[in-house]
Amino acid sequence: MRSGRFRQIVGISGDEPTMTVQSAASAFQVHASDNVATLLGEAAAGAPLQIVGPAPNSNLIAREKIEFGHKVAFTAIPEGAPVVKFGVVIGIAMRPIEPGEWVHLHNCRSQLDERSGHFDVHTGEPGDNAYA
Amino acid sequence: MPEPIVDRAANRAASQIPDRTWSGYLRPDGRKGIRNHLLVVYTVECASFVAQEIARDEPDTHVIGFPGCYDNDYAIRLMLALATHPNIGGVLAVGLGCEYTQPHRIAESVRASGRPAESFFIQEHGGTRLSVAFGKEQLASLRARAQENSIKVPMAWADLTIGAECGGSDGTSGLAGNPVVGRAFDRLVDLGGSAIFEEVVEMIGLRDLMVARAASPQAAEQLGATYDKMLNYCKAVRQYSVAPGNFAGGLTTIEEKSMGAFAKGGSRPIQGVIRVSERPPHTGLWLLDSVPDEHFMQFGYTNPNDTEGIMDLIAAGAQIVLFITGRGSVIGSAVAPLIKVTGNQRTFRNMTEDMDFNAGRVLSGELTMDEAAAELMDLIADVASGRESKPERLGHREFFLMYKHQDVPSLEAGCRA
Repeated sequence: MRSGRFRQIVGISGDEPTMTVQSAASAFQVHASDNVATLLGEAAAGAPLQIVGPAPNSNLIAREKIEFGHKVAFTAIPEGAPVVKFGVVIGIAMRPIEPGEWVHLHNCRSQLDERSGHFDVHTGEPGDNAYA
Repeated sequence: MPEPIVDRAANRAASQIPDRTWSGYLRPDGRKGIRNHLLVVYTVECASFVAQEIARDEPDTHVIGFPGCYDNDYAIRLMLALATHPNIGGVLAVGLGCEYTQPHRIAESVRASGRPAESFFIQEHGGTRLSVAFGKEQLASLRARAQENSIKVPMAWADLTIGAECGGSDGTSGLAGNPVVGRAFDRLVDLGGSAIFEEVVEMIGLRDLMVARAASPQAAEQLGATYDKMLNYCKAVRQYSVAPGNFAGGLTTIEEKSMGAFAKGGSRPIQGVIRVSERPPHTGLWLLDSVPDEHFMQFGYTNPNDTEGIMDLIAAGAQIVLFITGRGSVIGSAVAPLIKVTGNQRTFRNMTEDMDFNAGRVLSGELTMDEAAAELMDLIADVASGRESKPERLGHREFFLMYKHQDVPSLEAGCRA
C-alpha cells in the first residue's frame, strides 16, 4: 500500500484526501473471502465504485448514497447468507442484498446481539426503549 | 552450539524504530515510572468532594476513589495497584469515617511499597474546609518526601508497559487506527517491552483466532476459557459492546466491531491472560480480562465505559495507554498519560486539540503501516520523556471504578479486616 500506487487507486489528488466526494469512490476489501468493502470516501447514488484490496474490481455502481466508513456489497448476498468482512462472518443478511447496495443495520443483523435490528439506520439511535 | 532462533523480519522491522532513551523514576520494587505524580484516594463517595478540593490547583496530583460505602475486593485491589503504580510517588487516602473501606490500610499498603503515604477521616478533622486545608498540608509534606525519594534513572523501550484501548470506533478503526497500534505493539514487543490489550467483550466470534495466537498450550487454554466466560456473560446480561455512535460510523454488528478491535493486539504471540490489578508476569504481549466472574450477585456490567478499561490497563502497570477513537473522544486518564490515536482524518481535523496521532494517513496513502507505527513509537518515547500528551495538556485525568467481582487467586485483598 505504498503511497503513489494507493493514491492513484483511491483517486486522491492534492491535499484533501479521502473525504471529498469523488466521481469514482473507492472501497477497501480487507480479505479475499469478503463480500463487502468499506468506503474510503463518500459515494453518491449511481457513482462508479472502485473496489481495492485482494480482488480489485471496477464494475460496480453504488445503488444509493453510501457514507465514508460504511460498507457496500460487491456480490449478491441472498437472504439468510453470511455477510463477510475481515474474512469473518460479521452478520446475516436480513433480506437479499444486491451488488452496489449499502450494507448496514437495515439489511444485516448480528448473530448474537438481541438489540440488533432495533437501531435507526442513519443515527444508530436505539428504538426499543420506552422513555416514559 | 546451535544458533539462537532469530526472527529476521521482526529484527529488520524493529531496526526502523529509533533507539530512544530517556530519564525516569526508579521505584523501590524495581519498576520505573515516567511521571512522579501524587495520588489522593477517597474511600467513599461522601469523601470525594473533599478529595477533589485537596487536589485542586495541584498540577501533579490526581484523584481516584471508590463510591460505594460497602467495600469490594476488586475495587480495593484496583486502588492499591494504582496507588503503587510506577508513575506515583506518594499517596494521601481520605475517608469520611463511616465506610467499610479503610484509608489507613491503603496508606499502610502504599508505605510497604516504599512510598510516603498518609490518611485521615474527614469526621475527625472538622468538616469540608478544615479537611481540605489539612489535606493540602499533608500533600505538601508528601510532595517533599516523594521528591527526596525519587531516583532518576535511564529508561528504554524494554522498561515500558503500554496499554491499548479503543472507544468511539467507526469504519476506520479496524482499517487504520487499531492496525497501526497493533504494528507499534509488535515493535515494542520485539524491542523487549510489554504490551497489554483488553476488551475481551469485543472479541465476539474470534475464539479460534485468539487461541491460534497463544504463545504456549497454557496460554491457549487461558484464552479459550476467557472467551467462553465472556460469551456466557454477554448472553446472560444481554449486553454487547457496541453503541449508537459505532453504528453511525459505519459499524453494523458487534462481530464487525470485534474484528477491528482485535487488530490493536498486533500479530505477536499472546503470552497469557491477566486479571484486573494483576501485572504481566514477564514481558511480551498480554490480554487483560476485565469481565466479571460468576458470583451470587452477578453484579457489574461488562464494559461500562472507556475510562474503566483504561484504568484496568494502568492498574496492570501500563505507564502510557494508547486510545484509538475513530469518532473522536475527549477523555484522558488519571495516573498515566493517554495518547489519542484516530484512523479518521475528519476526526483528526475536527478535534485536533484532543487528538495526538493521525493514523488516517495510512488510508489516504500518505504513510505505510510501518512508517505510521515508527512515528507513533517516536511519539510514545516523547511522552515517556516528559512531553505532555494532548489530554494531559488539557488537564484531563478521568477515573472510573464500580463494584465488580473477579476471582484473582494471585492477589489478596489488601485492606479488609
